Amino acid sequence: MKMDIEIVANPKIIIKDLNFYYGNYRALKDINLSIAEKRVTAFIGPSGCGKSTLLRTFNRMYQLYPKQKATGEIMLDGANILDPKQDLNMLRAKIGMVFQKPTPFPMSIYDNISFGVKLYENLSRHDMEARVEWALRKAALWNEVKDILKQSGTSLSGGQQQRLCIARAIAVKPQVLLLDEPTSALDPISTAHIEKLVDELKEEFTIVIVTHNMQQAARISDYTAYMYLGDLIELGETSSVFTNPKRKETEDYITGRFG
Amino acid sequence: MVNLYTRRRIINAAGLSVSVLAMLFGLFWLCWILFTLLAHGLFSLTPAVFSQMTPPPGNSGGLLNAIAGSLIMTVVGTLIGTPIGILAGTYLAEFGHRGWLAPVTRFINDVLLSAPSIVIGLFVYEVYVVKVRHFSGWAGAFALAILVIPVVIRTTENMLRLVPSTLREAAAALGAPQWKVVNFITLRAARAGIVTGVLLAVARISGETAPLLFTALNNQFWSDNMDQPMANLPVVIFQFAMSPYDDWQKLAWAGALLITASVLTLNIVARVLFRQSATTH
Repeated sequence: MKMDIEIVANPKIIIKDLNFYYGNYRALKDINLSIAEKRVTAFIGPSGCGKSTLLRTFNRMYQLYPKQKATGEIMLDGANILDPKQDLNMLRAKIGMVFQKPTPFPMSIYDNISFGVKLYENLSRHDMEARVEWALRKAALWNEVKDILKQSGTSLSGGQQQRLCIARAIAVKPQVLLLDEPTSALDPISTAHIEKLVDELKEEFTIVIVTHNMQQAARISDYTAYMYLGDLIELGETSSVFTNPKRKETEDYITGRFG
Repeated sequence: MVNLYTRRRIINAAGLSVSVLAMLFGLFWLCWILFTLLAHGLFSLTPAVFSQMTPPPGNSGGLLNAIAGSLIMTVVGTLIGTPIGILAGTYLAEFGHRGWLAPVTRFINDVLLSAPSIVIGLFVYEVYVVKVRHFSGWAGAFALAILVIPVVIRTTENMLRLVPSTLREAAAALGAPQWKVVNFITLRAARAGIVTGVLLAVARISGETAPLLFTALNNQFWSDNMDQPMANLPVVIFQFAMSPYDDWQKLAWAGALLITASVLTLNIVARVLFRQSATTH
């Protein structure tokens, strides 16, 4: 699997020999992988293959849970994310995340966005308003909510809530955006919105997306990684993974013969 | 052989009738109690009840000192018990994942939750009333606070556990430190449920007699001094209802109606609040 690292021209994140354990269960096995800067990388694979687990190591989300641990190296800008000395909160300022189910906080739309910004920056009211508008515009939500910023975030529709969560993540100005099946709870129109958004956002952010939907991976990603049972089977440019997979297992999966 | 659909309909009808009967059985007693209370209590609920002190036998009077005493001790007991309960419940739900402290606390709390309230009264009598050598409003409020704490701990923990873990993850993923996640996200999301728990705790203590018998005792006169024995509705009802005097018995009915009505109101408010929170999440 060493060759996989060289496939990516301009890596933002380099993963070396990553293993992940839920208690004694080894969920990721010696993963070596690079994530290209300002590109979209998709993780695909059947349920339980470890793609979400892999994504959650990038911001050490697993640390919320006592029995989970990761070994190996995840280098971001030359520093190892997994290093215990790494400041977790500053790491998460650099790496934003959006989850499968929309997770608006129980507060106003405005406060949903400003909550994260306030953790790192002390902005004047005027600057904060500008930042909130910027983030909502980036997330293609501004026109729908500009008159109801004081309303609760939970009052929005599912698709709007998910874009609110994206706005909230980018308001902090991260460098990397992790999307964990961001459209699996949404209708097709909201899904199309988000996919278009991802395409625009990659100009500024490095994006990693986990998806169950192979067509989605084919549509929006530049690189695709196929995973199976905790192994990384294949990483390549999306066009070649889908048209000319190097590995038999990948071909079986994407042609629907399995999984 | 009856066909499947008919059989299912019969089973459904049977199940439904049994549950409706069970519901009616419960409701029957509740309505009877309410009816008896209303029949005796409404008649005795004169303006004097709210404006005069508890009388000696044979004189006219009211329950003002008992109503005021009950309100004061309930409020003080709630004010003491609620913060402790919410803090402990938050610890159990948000911080107590590792180690032995949380399971032990949870177990002790469960014991406390089902401890007979008379034991709580005796406990406060022993550790406080005996030391200061007189009954007092403070002792009553402490006893009530000890009853409030386990109820609030339990509901706070349960309500916080209902908050989806994805919400905590989302806040943590932004880089929020845990205390901010708890303060601004999870406690906020569980707010209505926690308020409901506090209201239910207030409802629970507002009818308690046993813990007050040993602590606040009673006071025939107006008293807003927490350091003196304090009148309160449950103990007054207990004394007056057991007495042979007709006036006293009538006042006891009025007091019982007042307590029941306020507990019922608190329960309804709590339910409405909780339903609202359930629909917004």
